[in-house]
Amino acid sequence: MKFKKLVAVLSSVLLMGTMFAGCAPSSTTTAPAASTEKAAPAAQEEAKPAEKPKNDKLVVGFAQIGQESGWRDAETWSILNTAEELGVDLKFSDAQQKQENQIKAIRTFIQQQVDVIGVAPVVETGWETVFKEAKDAGIPIILVDRRADVPEDLYAAFIGSDFILEGQNAAKEMAALLGNKGSIVELQGTVGASAATDRMKGFTDELGNYPDMKILASQTGDFTRAKGKEVMEAFLKAYPGQINGVYAHNDDMALGAIEAIKDAGLKPSVDIKVVSIDGVKGIFEAMAAGEANVTVECNPLLGPQFFQAAQDLKDGKTVEKWIKSDEGIFRQETAKEDLPNRKY
Amino acid sequence: MSRLTKSRLFWPIIALVVLLLFNAVFTKNFFSIQIIDNHLYGNIIDILKNVAPLALLAIGMTLVIATGGIDISVGSVVAISGAIACSIIDGRIGSFNNTLLFALIFALLSGIICGIWNGILVAKIKIQPVVATLILMTAGRGIAQLITKGKIVTINSASMVNEYYFIGAGYLLGLPFALFIVLIVLLIVLAFIKRTAFGLFLESLGTNNRSSHLAGIQVDKLKLITYIISGFMAALAGILISSNIKGADCNNAGLFIELDAILAVAIGGNSLNGGRFSVGSSVIGALVIQCLTTTVYALGVPPQTISLVKAIVIITICLFQSNKFREAIFGRFNYFKKSKDLLVKKGAQIS
Repeated sequence: MKFKKLVAVLSSVLLMGTMFAGCAPSSTTTAPAASTEKAAPAAQEEAKPAEKPKNDKLVVGFAQIGQESGWRDAETWSILNTAEELGVDLKFSDAQQKQENQIKAIRTFIQQQVDVIGVAPVVETGWETVFKEAKDAGIPIILVDRRADVPEDLYAAFIGSDFILEGQNAAKEMAALLGNKGSIVELQGTVGASAATDRMKGFTDELGNYPDMKILASQTGDFTRAKGKEVMEAFLKAYPGQINGVYAHNDDMALGAIEAIKDAGLKPSVDIKVVSIDGVKGIFEAMAAGEANVTVECNPLLGPQFFQAAQDLKDGKTVEKWIKSDEGIFRQETAKEDLPNRKY
Repeated sequence: MSRLTKSRLFWPIIALVVLLLFNAVFTKNFFSIQIIDNHLYGNIIDILKNVAPLALLAIGMTLVIATGGIDISVGSVVAISGAIACSIIDGRIGSFNNTLLFALIFALLSGIICGIWNGILVAKIKIQPVVATLILMTAGRGIAQLITKGKIVTINSASMVNEYYFIGAGYLLGLPFALFIVLIVLLIVLAFIKRTAFGLFLESLGTNNRSSHLAGIQVDKLKLITYIISGFMAALAGILISSNIKGADCNNAGLFIELDAILAVAIGGNSLNGGRFSVGSSVIGALVIQCLTTTVYALGVPPQTISLVKAIVIITICLFQSNKFREAIFGRFNYFKKSKDLLVKKGAQIS
């Protein structure tokens, strides 16, 4: 009996261990330079008013949302990679999709007196207090890829895509594919997410210019492949033979929809045109295989633009309030050549 | 009639029938079934295919709940098993010749291990079931992300992808293959419950733990077995889910599905306090949930109101299962009817 208890306790300890191991890579990982700073906080504080020479190393804190999609992985990769290339002292925090973790991370960055804080807000609201704290500490905040619902003076810049423009571009591409005429079904992102709201608005607005094109049905697929497939299955049954094109707010839902179209005995990209947004590797593979038509890129490789802005802010230069990310449109014809260059 | 309404299967089946009748009237083409590429094709087939993971989870959950426990870690186990299976199929883990076989073995094994872990915490160490399984619920997704190195694994270009896709989305004899998996599992579990004393023991356990123990039932062992079964079912569901989308999405695969599984058990008319249970009616409960989802999509309910519509339907179903509620509604109706009959007898004119 005692042995059994021992085994039980040991195994529980073991599993607890794996639990933390699971968290380890995603919790705060600091660049090597950070440890020295932590070791002597008092010394640094004393020296602070005197030092800060011009070519001081840029210290940046970045509060990432957490692993979410291939897109966000690419963004994380870009931030980490660019920091390494430029030799920036980056303190990177992964919030595991929780706002309170992001707020905690920002407070830690303020205490560590970083030069600039970057944050990809997981939700839009509830940021005033902590942004105010950063502002009082004299640390500028850069919002990355998602906006926060705060007064404009609380953050220095927003780097990210113009979701409305993406929606408009998708509508133009769809019109070109269908010869300005046809019925479309729409797979929306998560209800309430700014990416979903704006991509819908841009698409609908632009579609107003094409009187012979209409949206048959629109439903949320929660930005996931499984839901995208399930909703598309239902659409195909509700409108048999009437759907000319499918517009998905992200590539993953489009990939799910492609499977549903194939199950229905139709040819994706031929019988039903597929237009989506993001530009992940999977959709390029699908385009190269002739199963998807167009993806409007939503560039996650924001590292270079982010650190450029951070450096400018540190140097006291003014930066634009909305730094739009560099983006393109990719079509089936060139997918095979584009595929090897895709990083995410 | 009263024997019929007292059957555990009665109300879930009524709910399902009402939903289907609703669709027959309001949803266009809901029942139309065609043959495309040698398999049946239609909304009903979709429901039967997409319900499979939830039905499996509901079967496992019913057994756990029958003992007075609960397993809220199944969603995370779904993610773990999907992550393992897809990583092996894609050749990221190990180098097997027959990736499919080993993917299935290791994925199912992971479910069994998770089940043993939950079972030991609950049965041997006597941690409350919600808390015990909460640990794996939280840690499980982390473990899954560790396996996939934090990425979504897509297996589109793997060599065994078509065989793997067949499990969750293929067709056998014109019907979804996943449906056969559920039927076989259901038959095995039912046989196990009805042909052995296992089912009886579970009910006794859920009704009174202490007296079951005193009566000589191996309480701990039985509890451990139910959690292992639940873990196994979750792993199987994880394989179906990841196979259906040709990829493992650790963040979203099986997210909140534990709640749907518990709901399926509840719609099936099983008490969440344990005791008497019916696996079959839980599967009907799962069918009701999936049928509702498909209905909402087919009807074109605006996305903003989907949750509300679902909530209203679910609360209605649950209300009708409550004896108190039925008495309050129909009891009054009967009262009026009786008093009307009485008046008519007395010769009153009712216009």
